Amino acid sequence: MARLTPENEALAREIIARYPRPRSALIPLLHLAQEQDGYLATDAMEHVAELVGCSPAQVLGTASFYEMFKLEPVGRYVVNICTDIACMLLGADELLHHAEEQLGIRAGQTTADGAITLEGVTCIAACTEAPCLQVNYRYRYRVTPEAFDQLCEDLRAGRAGDIPPHGTLARVRQHIPAERAAGPADPSSGVQPAWMAERPSGEAV
Amino acid sequence: MAITDAPKIVTSRFQYDDSHTLARYEATGGYQALRKALGMSPTAVVEEVKAASLLGRGGAGFPAGVKWGFCPPGVWPRYLVVNGDESEPGTYKDRMLMERDPHQIIEGVLIASYAVGCSQAFLYVRGEMALAQERIAAALNEAYDAGYVGRNILGSEFSLDIVLHWGAGAYIVGEETALIESLEGHRGMPRLKPPYFPAAKGLYLQPTIVNNIETLSNIPWIVANGAEAFAALGAETSKGTRLFAVSGHVANPGVFEVEYGVTTFRDLIYAPVYAGGIRGGRKLKAFIPGGASSPWFFEEHLDLPLEKVTVDRAGSMLGSGAIVVMDETTDMVRACHRVVRFFASESCGKCTPCREGTTWLERILKRILDGQGRMSDLDLLLDVADNISPGIAWPPKQTTICPLGPSAVSPIASAIRRFRHEFEAHIARNPNAALEASDGGASTAARPAAVETAVSLGGHHG
Repeated sequence: MARLTPENEALAREIIARYPRPRSALIPLLHLAQEQDGYLATDAMEHVAELVGCSPAQVLGTASFYEMFKLEPVGRYVVNICTDIACMLLGADELLHHAEEQLGIRAGQTTADGAITLEGVTCIAACTEAPCLQVNYRYRYRVTPEAFDQLCEDLRAGRAGDIPPHGTLARVRQHIPAERAAGPADPSSGVQPAWMAERPSGEAV
Repeated sequence: MAITDAPKIVTSRFQYDDSHTLARYEATGGYQALRKALGMSPTAVVEEVKAASLLGRGGAGFPAGVKWGFCPPGVWPRYLVVNGDESEPGTYKDRMLMERDPHQIIEGVLIASYAVGCSQAFLYVRGEMALAQERIAAALNEAYDAGYVGRNILGSEFSLDIVLHWGAGAYIVGEETALIESLEGHRGMPRLKPPYFPAAKGLYLQPTIVNNIETLSNIPWIVANGAEAFAALGAETSKGTRLFAVSGHVANPGVFEVEYGVTTFRDLIYAPVYAGGIRGGRKLKAFIPGGASSPWFFEEHLDLPLEKVTVDRAGSMLGSGAIVVMDETTDMVRACHRVVRFFASESCGKCTPCREGTTWLERILKRILDGQGRMSDLDLLLDVADNISPGIAWPPKQTTICPLGPSAVSPIASAIRRFRHEFEAHIARNPNAALEASDGGASTAARPAAVETAVSLGGHHG
């Protein structure tokens, strides 16, 4: 795939400008690259390295640590079935097994039509709604085998409107209006914030 | 039963469908605490939170006000980092607060930053929580436009940018120094201690306060209603209210805000207004009281109050407020393996005892489950556990930088002590198990666990 598009590069620069050091924007920028291509393409990672001022190897080093970053193309929908303790107690293993049978793939694989990648994952913080899963990080609660089949049918038919393609994490972005921005705090500035300046009472802060 | 009528502090707006919007927040007293705080001196706000005795709600339970006071004087700038990386198995409360009352968190961040003198705040939200990120982004955009965040907040000298930061999937990033590493764009590996507190050296090696989502969600109420009102709720050493998620084999799993230190495990698990008892009228076998890291509790612990010191003394912890209930049908070896597998999968790999030890523990448990266990495996499990956490005691000692490794030891110790016969029954399924035990168990014990049983979750895991 490709380097970041001009629009995404502009967005990347806007994100970098929020941080005291550009490298801090690395993970958000990798999400941006993954949103563009559906996975982390090599040239996109090289572009991100240029933008934050580190080497491509350092970008890969960070990217490969985090489970959400896919270094190979995946399906349009990544279905993550939670198999941790709370979900396991309520049938997550059986659900994962059903999913494998139904899709004809093992966890970690993608269907031949490129629609669905299946993963068994660790806890996704919906323990009271077990067994649960996420499709591109959107939740489905208390999932039965029938509900799973329906979900796959809907995904393939393009009927799951609340779920964007893999890579698009949040459809609402933070925007800091220039006239309102306080600006990043330079760690080497040594500047004491105005409101902490010594008060008449002589309070130490 | 001690079901109290304590007010809802952090979930008071959950009754509204539009609880995440600025309009609803302002209509229900939102941002009034910020106005009040800006009329006080920063030191007075810190004192108010100290007086409230608000214990951190992330897991360690350290008093928030005391933590705020740890920044070395005269060292600037200071940062606030919000830990929204909720991932401990069983834990589900911070995500709920982020999705349903993001302005309450923002107001908490503003008050905390004003009080401590933080020049910038970062809200680190777990990557997998797409809706939480959208709700917080929308709330921040509203709050900037309304003048609550940014330059000269509400016309005062107080200026602060709050930056929403996305995680990307790594449990270990919940450890505060790993969180900071991640926020600096690195692999999320915990930093060597000392310094023990990021308040001394944290983000960019500057003084940094790291607070949990639920902790900060309490701050507006404390400032609005006063420390005295907060401290009037709860027990002597556990004030206010707290969120507990009750999951597993219960009739009505859910997240409940209860008065801290007064309500008992029995209330929470059995009361019809809470989890409603064990489903299908079955009997309780065991429960995890405070997230996957905590040693398990049993029938005899049901009447303990959900109070920090009492639970610590009883040999476990309330941790992240996550109770997982297991009924009499549960295979405890399987449950134990599942919890240990989590820690093996999430070990960052920095410290050898954790990286190797959790992997060994997982593989040994897997082969026992697969009917390939050996009688010597129980001693081997305890030996490996002892190398991660010497003495297998509570509170745990550790040979590692962070507590992740010892967290894998808790379920092993609990399960083997209480349900040894279940391990032995699985091992007896191996036709060669007895033979190996009598035929030089020592040499078998020294051999690494079978390599054919790797952690099989699919995808790639750190």
